[in-house]
Amino acid sequence: MDKTRLDLFRGTLDVLILKSLIWGPLHGYSITSFIRRLSDEVLLVEEGTLYPALWRLESKELIEAEWGLSENNRKAKFYRLTSSGRRQLRQESGNWEAYVAAVAKVLGANRLNSPEEPA
Amino acid sequence: MKRIPLWRRYARLLGPDRSADVKDELRFHLEAKTDDLICRGLRPDAARLEAERQFGDFQIVQHIGEKLGETMERKRRFKDYWIECDRDVRYTLRNLRNNPGFAAVAVLVLALGIGANVAVFSVVNTLLLRPLPFADSQRLVWFMGGKSLAAKVRAQAGLSGQTYTVDAYEEFKRNNQSFQAVTAYQTFYNSIQYKLTGSGEPKQLVAVEVADNFFSTLGIQPATGRDFTREECQKGGLPAALLSYYFWKNQFDGDPAIVGKTVTVNGKPLTVVGVLPANFDFGSVFAPGMKVDLFVPAVMNFWQTWGNTLAIVGRLKPGLGVAQAQDEADRLFPHFKVIHPDWYEDYASDLTTLKDHVSGKLRRSLVVLWFAVGVIMLIVCVNMSNLQLSRAATRGKELAMRRALGASRGRLIRQLLTESLVLSIAGAALGLCLGFAIVFYIAHQGSMTLPLLGSIRVDGAALGWTVMTALAAGVLFGVVPALKMSAGSIQTALKDNASGMAAGRSHERFRATLVISEIALACVLLVGAGLLLRSFLQVLDVDLGFNPSHAASMMVDTDDGGNLAKRGAILQEMLRRVSALPGIESAGIADMLPLDRNRSWGVAAVGSDQPKDRDSSALVYLVTPGYIPTLGMHLREGRDFAWSDTPDTQHVIIVNEAAARREWPGQDPIGKMAYGPEKNPVRVIGVVADVRESSLEVASSPEMYVPMTQNSDAEGATLVVRSRIAPESLASSVLTTLRSLNPGQPASEFRPLQSLVDHSVSPRRFFALLVTIFAGLGMLLAALGIYGVISYSVTQKTQEIGVRMALGATTGRVMRNVLSNTLRLTMAGIVLGTGASLSVSRLIASLLYSTSPWDARTFLGMVLALVAVALVSGYFPARRASRISPMTALRTN
Repeated sequence: MDKTRLDLFRGTLDVLILKSLIWGPLHGYSITSFIRRLSDEVLLVEEGTLYPALWRLESKELIEAEWGLSENNRKAKFYRLTSSGRRQLRQESGNWEAYVAAVAKVLGANRLNSPEEPA
Repeated sequence: MKRIPLWRRYARLLGPDRSADVKDELRFHLEAKTDDLICRGLRPDAARLEAERQFGDFQIVQHIGEKLGETMERKRRFKDYWIECDRDVRYTLRNLRNNPGFAAVAVLVLALGIGANVAVFSVVNTLLLRPLPFADSQRLVWFMGGKSLAAKVRAQAGLSGQTYTVDAYEEFKRNNQSFQAVTAYQTFYNSIQYKLTGSGEPKQLVAVEVADNFFSTLGIQPATGRDFTREECQKGGLPAALLSYYFWKNQFDGDPAIVGKTVTVNGKPLTVVGVLPANFDFGSVFAPGMKVDLFVPAVMNFWQTWGNTLAIVGRLKPGLGVAQAQDEADRLFPHFKVIHPDWYEDYASDLTTLKDHVSGKLRRSLVVLWFAVGVIMLIVCVNMSNLQLSRAATRGKELAMRRALGASRGRLIRQLLTESLVLSIAGAALGLCLGFAIVFYIAHQGSMTLPLLGSIRVDGAALGWTVMTALAAGVLFGVVPALKMSAGSIQTALKDNASGMAAGRSHERFRATLVISEIALACVLLVGAGLLLRSFLQVLDVDLGFNPSHAASMMVDTDDGGNLAKRGAILQEMLRRVSALPGIESAGIADMLPLDRNRSWGVAAVGSDQPKDRDSSALVYLVTPGYIPTLGMHLREGRDFAWSDTPDTQHVIIVNEAAARREWPGQDPIGKMAYGPEKNPVRVIGVVADVRESSLEVASSPEMYVPMTQNSDAEGATLVVRSRIAPESLASSVLTTLRSLNPGQPASEFRPLQSLVDHSVSPRRFFALLVTIFAGLGMLLAALGIYGVISYSVTQKTQEIGVRMALGATTGRVMRNVLSNTLRLTMAGIVLGTGASLSVSRLIASLLYSTSPWDARTFLGMVLALVAVALVSGYFPARRASRISPMTALRTN
């Protein structure tokens, strides 16, 4: 796919962050690489939005932070899901799937399937 | 993620640092990105630049991070705080559940203190702090005439000395510049009787005549209907009436269509033009203890010739003060006297705010009361401190354990303070209920002559006051024990036994100090209460000049059509029939009773060489033959009136000793002639002993008694009977007798004469009673304190006492020891308290009646009472000490 950069709106970013933490604690940089890799380089998260989003999630207690050491022994702040974060993720991804399906249905509709207009 | 090695964790040794965290986090991000870019083949410096470029505005992100961090930090702290509070409260509740005795005593003691405070605050708030229940009431001014009279004369002249003629009122009203409105009401309410007929039994009403602008000046709008019109207040105007709310409710069941209806009063129709609002209570402001049924217009042309009868109230123009109005009045009234040489006096007046007039006299009493409950609250706090400390011995170990486990001292203090606050809040809740009950009781004492009594209630201010006292009390009694208990070394406290001793000694000294101060405070209360109580008893002991017991009075209707000759016959027949009733010893009629209302006329000896402008006023009572002995007055000389004193015979009077002394000094007044009630001189036929007529506490002024058979200026008529039988059971037979003569006699009840006396002394009784109750409470609390501290020290010294007894000390000796300890504390408290009382009692000297503020008997009584209480409360621990068995004491650790 081309290097089409898709902007993420905030609600989407939150759910992506929560999802990326589901396999274990990550620091901010690895969250960006994780999202980029999994979306086949389509979704690029900007630092300027990522960190405020992380902190906001932290203040809502959906994720919690702890200082640890990175792969190359640098001090880094790791985020992990809290149980309420996990619950939030489950709910948000359900919403998201329903939303996507609905949008897809509308966009994929053709004239034949369209409802009768009132006479 | 790898764990940070221990040494690197010290980076935040000095506590969390959010902005450094944000910087570190973002820096790590840049470094990681740079590393990645280097891996992809960029040169390190180019990689760094690229990473920074991709990041965008580092500053903004960092700023957002710091802001968010601060909010989070605040939230966390707040949460931690509440979690801790919650934990403390739970812990406290658990703790108190395990000590139900302590909890109950503590809450009860606090409730008593706080309840007393709420009640007194509500009274003080209503009488002193809250404005009167009128719009802009601070602009209302009360006029008190007779400024140029000597204070004594002014007091003796009664109401007549302080009120105004219609002319004086109207002149002032016309000429003043300071007042937006000036109004008046007629103070001799009962000179006209108001008898309601037409619905059921005839009924005697209390009505007040007011000037046309009376209600508008006070800012009172009728609840329904309208105010009086100017025409209704003129001679020949349509007779109109405004009903008081309570009369409308009771007599007319709150009839919504009452406006416009007519009621029959004195046989004439009276149109009801409106009903006054429920919150307007004339009696509570102008005549404490009186319930007014209706208001009628004062027709000024009628009162013009009746002397001093009006009380004046004015409403100042906005922005003007009483002082300016006073200046103007000082100029105007003497000026009027110059224009009107026929005026008897110049009506120089003292102007005060209406508020001062209503409650000014009570200020000192109320402040004393407030002070007394304040002292009670202090004693309560001291007591609570004491109770808290008494638990220190058992809790010392627990607290030390908590400290050893890492609780900071501040944390422990907080927890102990939470305990105090929980207790004081519980106490406040209970105290509030108590306060409500007391206030309800006080507000429904209708017969008490305290102004604004009915409107006393626990309001928002009182609630606020409660919360404040409770919190203050909680902190006050909690903080010292908390500091004391949390102090001290952990080791000694944790060690098994020495603990109690070391800490115990210092606690004991402190607690002894507390008890001493408690006793001293109780001393002050006892002395104050003792002095007020003694004054009250002195007042009751005053020789009234009449005998109120076994006598009762009733308003009667003497329908004689204004014919004086007929009146004598009617009265004589009425009294003859009433006296003939079984159980009635004697009966008489007077227009006014002592200690009730009064008025003054002049009396002067004929041929007196005394200066013309001297004061010659005397209170005047119109009475029938037989009234003087019926009331139990002492006829010193001469004779009582007789039915043979008719309008056609020589007109006569009886004077009291004060009048005799003034008019005929050193002579026998019997047979002397005097100018007084009538144009022609009258003959003095008797002298009676002085009667306390305005108050029990004011010496009698000159009085004269005029026979009703010779003078028609009676202010109503009151029948007095003397009987050994309870007045209630006489009422029906007396009423039947009266109705047989005059079918229009309204239903009326007998009022024991004693109630006049009770009414008159009710404020003094009220204050003396309250202060006495508070003193009793204070003494009880002090006793509790003494008991607590002695009992505790006995427990502490169990072993020591055991050893002593093992070495041969007798039980008596042990007991004496404990008791002498108790007495030492008490005496110290008494010495301190006596000192304090000596200075405090001087402050209440003006409230005392023929009692010295250093009344030796009161002080002696206080000392005896306290010593007795101390001995009783020390006796129980002493007995326990004497029963300590040496063997068990030594065996237990």
